[in-house]
Amino acid sequence: MPWDRNQMAARAAQELEDGMYVNLGIGIPTLVANYVGDKDITLQSENGMLGMGPFPFEGEEDPDLINAGKQTITELSRTSYFDSATSFAMIRGGKIAAAVLGAMEVDEEGDLANWMIPGVLVKGMGGAMDLVAGVGRVIVVMDHTNKHGKSKLLRKCTLPLTGKQVVDRIITNLGVLDVVGGGLKIVEIAEGVTEDEIRAATEAKIVN
Amino acid sequence: MKKVYANATEALDGVLSDGMMIAAGGFGLCGIPELLLEAIKESGAQDLTFASNNAGVDDFGIGILLQTKQVKKMISSYVGENAEFMRQYLAGELELEFNPQGTLAERMRAGGAGIPGFYTKTGVGTVIAEGKEHKDFNGETYIMEEGIFADLAIVKAWKADDTGNLIFRKTARNFNVPAATCGKVCIAEVEEIVPRGSLDPDQIHLPGIYVNRIIQGDHEKRIEQRTTRKKEEA
Repeated sequence: MPWDRNQMAARAAQELEDGMYVNLGIGIPTLVANYVGDKDITLQSENGMLGMGPFPFEGEEDPDLINAGKQTITELSRTSYFDSATSFAMIRGGKIAAAVLGAMEVDEEGDLANWMIPGVLVKGMGGAMDLVAGVGRVIVVMDHTNKHGKSKLLRKCTLPLTGKQVVDRIITNLGVLDVVGGGLKIVEIAEGVTEDEIRAATEAKIVN
Repeated sequence: MKKVYANATEALDGVLSDGMMIAAGGFGLCGIPELLLEAIKESGAQDLTFASNNAGVDDFGIGILLQTKQVKKMISSYVGENAEFMRQYLAGELELEFNPQGTLAERMRAGGAGIPGFYTKTGVGTVIAEGKEHKDFNGETYIMEEGIFADLAIVKAWKADDTGNLIFRKTARNFNVPAATCGKVCIAEVEEIVPRGSLDPDQIHLPGIYVNRIIQGDHEKRIEQRTTRKKEEA
């Protein structure tokens, strides 16, 4: 059985180490916070916060306290606030250890496309380009194939890029792959999935 | 010099003109200068360029100036919440310059700090880098981005004293600080103007040197996405 959304998030949480400052993207990456366990992880929200807490209880929402997805959230005892220039200084400056984010396409060079489909309404890249260019490690969490069954792990990205040679590790519903010299390397296979299935679902070159 | 004005319209008097570039604070609808935006709408000023991370929603924030077609160009990182924006953009009525969010923040910070350009890795190898100077430092490629020097900055803070020292609240600080610094003139709207001496000098987020005019007013502070959890989940 391929991993479901929660299992992918749980697998991504294994990538995070005690003491890390981490930025989680929207979608499955947000779920990663549910699986960090006892690890001391500080979540950054790029609109200007370190130490992001869970959603507020009903009636306790604060319009001055939102995350980068514009959702109401809460603060923790460790929280600090700062302005957007400072926030992206810590991102660009490499102080954020890792970003976990979704993607439309990743290729064997580690190029990432996740902000724009030509001909489809363009909303903007937000902070994605800054994050992938700046953080220590970029972990992509996404389904292995798109809704048409086509591989999202490509020889070469076809969509406009968010960053070039920026992805370190890809966690999909089928397994875990690293971007290494010359292609992608399978480092883990979801229980019940075969290596042949991963290879068949991967357009990018797989190296040993 | 008197910095406190009675309301947003008076604060904008003499500093707002057609065709100017305005840097606006806020992230989504959080910490936006909603009173000044409303007054700019009432003024009828035309052909405005806004450097602002977002474009509001249809009926709040910069969105209200899109409804009245007062905006010529947006410099933003994400505009996905605004249907009227999309309509005007697709119809060719509105110019749009996408900036990565951190690049936009740094362009404002740089402009405010007298830095006309800087190099960043953000956007290298993407459409953002097209037509920009590339330069290698220590074996890595960077692109040059330019500082933003706005004609006017409009920001929202929590508290001010009458000298313009500002304190923001939680994540409503966001773009307000860099935006405030990059305007030739900066107007701040706040929830409360407190007596001089009642703000702790060690806790000032933006010193009054950056703020020329201040108004106090009631803020709606709309929530864009209300997300909650139930008590029993705790």
